[in-house]
Amino acid sequence: MDFDAVSTEAARNGLTEARLGGIQDPSSHVELLGEHTNMKKALVTIAFGLTASLFATAASAQATLNSVKQKGFLTCGSNTGLAGFGQPDAQGNWTGLDVDLCRAIAAAIFDDPTKVRYIPLAAKDRFTALQSGEVDVLSRNSTATMSRDTQLGLDFPAINYFDGQGFMVRKKLGVSSAKELNGASICTQQGTTTELNLADYFRANNMKYEVVAFATSDETFKAYDAGRCDAFTTDASGLYAERLRASAPDDHIVLPEIISKEPLGPAVRHGDNQWGDIVRWTHMAMLNAEELGVTKANVDQMKTSDNPEIKRLLGTEGKFGETVGLTNDWAVRVIKHVGNYGESFEKNVGEGSRLKIKRGQNALWTKGGLQYGIPVR
Amino acid sequence: MNSVQTAVSQTSPPKKSFLYDPKVRGIFYQVVLVAAVIFLFYVAATNAIENLQRARIASGFGFLNNTAGFDISQTLIQFSAAGSTYGDAFIVGLLNTLIVSAIGIFFTTFLGFLVGIARLSKNWMVAKVAMVYVEVLRNVPLLVQLLFWYIAVLGALPQPRNSLEMGAGFYLNSRGLFMAKPLWAPNIGVLVTVLVLGLVGSFFYRRWARIQQEQTGRQSPVIKVTLTLVFVLPILTWIVLALFGANPISFEMPRKGTFNLTGGMQILPEFVALLLGLVTYTAAFIAEVVRAGILAVSKGQTEAAGSLGLPPGKILRLVVIPQAMRVIIPPLTSQYLNLTKNSSLAVAIGYPDLVQVFMGTVLNQTGQAIEVVVITMGVYLTISLLTSAFMNVYNRRVAIVER
Repeated sequence: MDFDAVSTEAARNGLTEARLGGIQDPSSHVELLGEHTNMKKALVTIAFGLTASLFATAASAQATLNSVKQKGFLTCGSNTGLAGFGQPDAQGNWTGLDVDLCRAIAAAIFDDPTKVRYIPLAAKDRFTALQSGEVDVLSRNSTATMSRDTQLGLDFPAINYFDGQGFMVRKKLGVSSAKELNGASICTQQGTTTELNLADYFRANNMKYEVVAFATSDETFKAYDAGRCDAFTTDASGLYAERLRASAPDDHIVLPEIISKEPLGPAVRHGDNQWGDIVRWTHMAMLNAEELGVTKANVDQMKTSDNPEIKRLLGTEGKFGETVGLTNDWAVRVIKHVGNYGESFEKNVGEGSRLKIKRGQNALWTKGGLQYGIPVR
Repeated sequence: MNSVQTAVSQTSPPKKSFLYDPKVRGIFYQVVLVAAVIFLFYVAATNAIENLQRARIASGFGFLNNTAGFDISQTLIQFSAAGSTYGDAFIVGLLNTLIVSAIGIFFTTFLGFLVGIARLSKNWMVAKVAMVYVEVLRNVPLLVQLLFWYIAVLGALPQPRNSLEMGAGFYLNSRGLFMAKPLWAPNIGVLVTVLVLGLVGSFFYRRWARIQQEQTGRQSPVIKVTLTLVFVLPILTWIVLALFGANPISFEMPRKGTFNLTGGMQILPEFVALLLGLVTYTAAFIAEVVRAGILAVSKGQTEAAGSLGLPPGKILRLVVIPQAMRVIIPPLTSQYLNLTKNSSLAVAIGYPDLVQVFMGTVLNQTGQAIEVVVITMGVYLTISLLTSAFMNVYNRRVAIVER
């Protein structure tokens, strides 16, 4: 609505009030009828306005990239606080492996990794938030599964951490294997694959257990730490991260069994393929950069490299960036601001962090891991 | 607006064109408004369906028949991850909400009346303690109180291996309260029959005693007879049966297991914390309702009863409270509804109520937010309306009969 329309509307409303307050002449039926016509018009306008806005929401769900560019920032669904993956530090800056992916996407679009607004989401709220458009991308250690892909209207464009579910117990219980947990109380977070795997595992091994489910990871771990449960279960990475928050971290051990496959990755809404491509290729750029030896420090020198693979990745040859709606130097932006996958991993969860998680399955395929960058070609 | 209407009605000629009849026009605009609202809802619904389909999000209520695949800590019906459906999970959640609400309403009424009457006590100490209770409890948010009960009070309980043994098969630890579980033998029917006979007998005795008193003024030992019929008689029967080697009830005692006590009955700490929080919080409000109701009964009533020679306890029970109930019932109903709705705060402390199980786990595992939220809202609306209807019937019975 432009200014003129607003002012006419206001003027008309003002007139209406004046008439309503002022009319003393009872013979002016025509005037009154005119009054009602005005009201009816207003009602119809409201009805159409609401209808239009409902339909408009439907249409705008298509082009996430445009809406992100228009807003000037990316809204990123993040964890409410998981060390190494997504957590605000003392200054309120978000850090972590999942956060780095959001920063990388923002860098690819805006050449500025800080143009991200983080929305902390509990596990049980995360998919609704993504479906309803509250967040543009969900980067929150979420497991990719078939039902989430096909029934929730989501797509998982990439897997940025291969994980599996494990258990943590107190050392003094004297338990050394998950198979000894028959009869235990187990704390878990609601609305997760963890909750389902737990039921499967105990059923498959013919063991009994008592589940105590909480809405957020914070409440879950607090209850375990307070002694409500014998064991705490989540993805192995989460176990190491949460253990740091325990009142006495050394009193707890992680059991050796990994009972499930948890491919964790970012999720986007189904149907906006361009947006899915951007998220996928941001992750792939970080993987390819690691494989080709392009780092945060040397990315500018690498632009002059003769290696055709590096040239294509960094946009000095071909127009790959433009095909997904970005600039051709998108990968340079990502690497310059965030670094390659290996750098992000080491800084957030690897040797450079308090978690000290080994690369393991998350090493590059060339080093025996599962992380495999699809070629830029 | 008013001035226009009065002006019109005063000077309009009695018969004019149909179109100018303010009543007809009023109805017309009402109909238009209702139609517009219905249209709006229709558009929103069809649009939502269209959006869901475009985004490939599953819709419909078919998911209720799918296997749930997760477990729940407190289930009043048989529930297992393998065989039960999301529909069963819904029923488990609903029953958990109903049981905590029903037990909560019972205890909070009792506590609320006690505190409300205590606030009016002539004993300075009792009145002040009741006042402090009300002011503290109703001015701290319920969520904070629940977390207090759950984390501060129950968190301080010992670990299972150092369970507090309280005798008679009762144990207390951080996993809850454990007690002996009664196992019924086939001849339990005898005991039940005796109990039912005792209840029926005491009912008739009370009726007879009342008529007797109305006619002759003679009082009968109603309480003693009732207690004998309802408690002493069944217990005697039980003892006799046990002596003849046909004990109708045996108890399964909790035993120490690897991690925790096994067997027996277990009351979860989540349930206890939620119940304590709801009961103490709502009782503070009910106390004020009761106090207001009692103060609304004119002082003359008390004085009149006193001059008839009734002792203070009987004045309260027979004269003041029955009249106060007329003022108490409507706001009391609101408090019952509040307690029921507040039970959804269970989600913060892991008690598997309807919101926790259905709007938490089920919603997330199926992703069908609209259906799940609509069902949940419908359930709370139904529970509240039923409670209101019941209380309205009761209110009509105690309301003043106007002649």
